[in-house]
Amino acid sequence: MVDPRLNIINERLSKIGKIIAVSSGKGGVGKSMIASTLALALSRRGYKVGLLDLDFSCPSTHVILSIEGLFPKEEKGIIPPEAHGLRYMSIVYYARDEPSPLRGVDISNAIIELFAITQWGSLDFLVIDMPPGIGDATLDMIRFVNGINFLIVTTPSKVAFETVRKLIQLLKDLKVPIVGVVENMKMRDSPFIREQVERLAAPFLGGINFDYKLEDSMGDVKKLLETEFAQSVEEIVSKKL
Amino acid sequence: MHEWALAEAVISTTLKIAEEKELKEVIELKIKIGELQQIDQEIFEFALSQLRSPMLKNAKFSLETVKAELKCRVCNHKWKFSTKNMDHDVSEFIHFVPEIAHTYLKCPKCGSPDFEILTGRGVWLDSIKGAK
Ligand SMILES: Nc1ncnc2c1ncn2[C@@H]1O[C@H](COP(=O)(O)OP(=O)(O)O)[C@@H](O)[C@H]1O
Ligand SMILES: [Mg+2]
Ligand SMILES: [Zn+2]
Repeated sequence: MVDPRLNIINERLSKIGKIIAVSSGKGGVGKSMIASTLALALSRRGYKVGLLDLDFSCPSTHVILSIEGLFPKEEKGIIPPEAHGLRYMSIVYYARDEPSPLRGVDISNAIIELFAITQWGSLDFLVIDMPPGIGDATLDMIRFVNGINFLIVTTPSKVAFETVRKLIQLLKDLKVPIVGVVENMKMRDSPFIREQVERLAAPFLGGINFDYKLEDSMGDVKKLLETEFAQSVEEIVSKKL
Repeated sequence: MHEWALAEAVISTTLKIAEEKELKEVIELKIKIGELQQIDQEIFEFALSQLRSPMLKNAKFSLETVKAELKCRVCNHKWKFSTKNMDHDVSEFIHFVPEIAHTYLKCPKCGSPDFEILTGRGVWLDSIKGAK
């Protein structure tokens, strides 16, 4: 018996310029904030952008972007609805705000299903908000998405970087392209992360300061784009893509 | 009509296998459809027939539905999936992404959402008969 879905995935993604998985070894480091802000920033520069929330256990981008009341259209697959100019796809369309307690195989199956049936159409960028760690979602992106690129997020903390180091190592071993590493939530100047990243021969993109006003912009896209945080994302990430 | 997307996957996989096996023509395609996904068989068959490429022009499509059986990981209880008394939206959500069953279904015996989908999960290409 053959699972026919894997074979169609790269055809579904064939009209996408660049696919960027925003990833980290750890949770809580700012992946979802950076993925959402990056998608918005790219779209504001005139690119056609999709945003896919792949953190099925803890989807967050719909909260950051205040996305409610949308549902994909069904047409030879499913068409992600537009939100703030982004083609937006998330498990929350189907799980609503209920918990989705999924084990590894189920996560993998749900990911494959979404990739097999979602009709993104042509996009300049698809930004993927990844769950933390190097588990099923990460392995699946590496396994079946041709041309995937990883944008890696860490904090200044050694604990965060230790997990990120493993992610970088895995990607390097498997020859998966790394857009670069972002140091988020900086509170003081320290060369530690930059040095560590450079030692691993991965590109260091820069730091984003801890932004005390960021929480007030939650759910308000206009406010979010005006934050210092968003300016840094624009400066160190989207301008380099 | 996301049946179309799945039919496309089946056809594209068939063509790939046919090429690998150097078939001249595909005679029969056996497809298993898991009940959990609640595929509209008529639409699915229509999509398959619309997607017939020259290689498949005389191919017979044999579809078989596989009952969905679930097994609780906590208390080992086994039960059959049924859409009876199920909210229409919920059955539609499961139709799109079968794993969503874990969001809305619970073990009828102990109430746990931690169950295994033993059979009847999606669309499978069972076998291909062809001529060289
Ligand atoms: N640069 C920053 N300054 C202040 N708060 C931040 C910053 N980056 C992220 N946060 C906050 O940290 C929390 C975790 O961010 P989130 O993007 O959900 O992380 P992850 O997706 O990696 O788990 C959120 O409340 C977010 O607003
Ligand atoms: Mg997140
Ligand atoms: Zn049980």
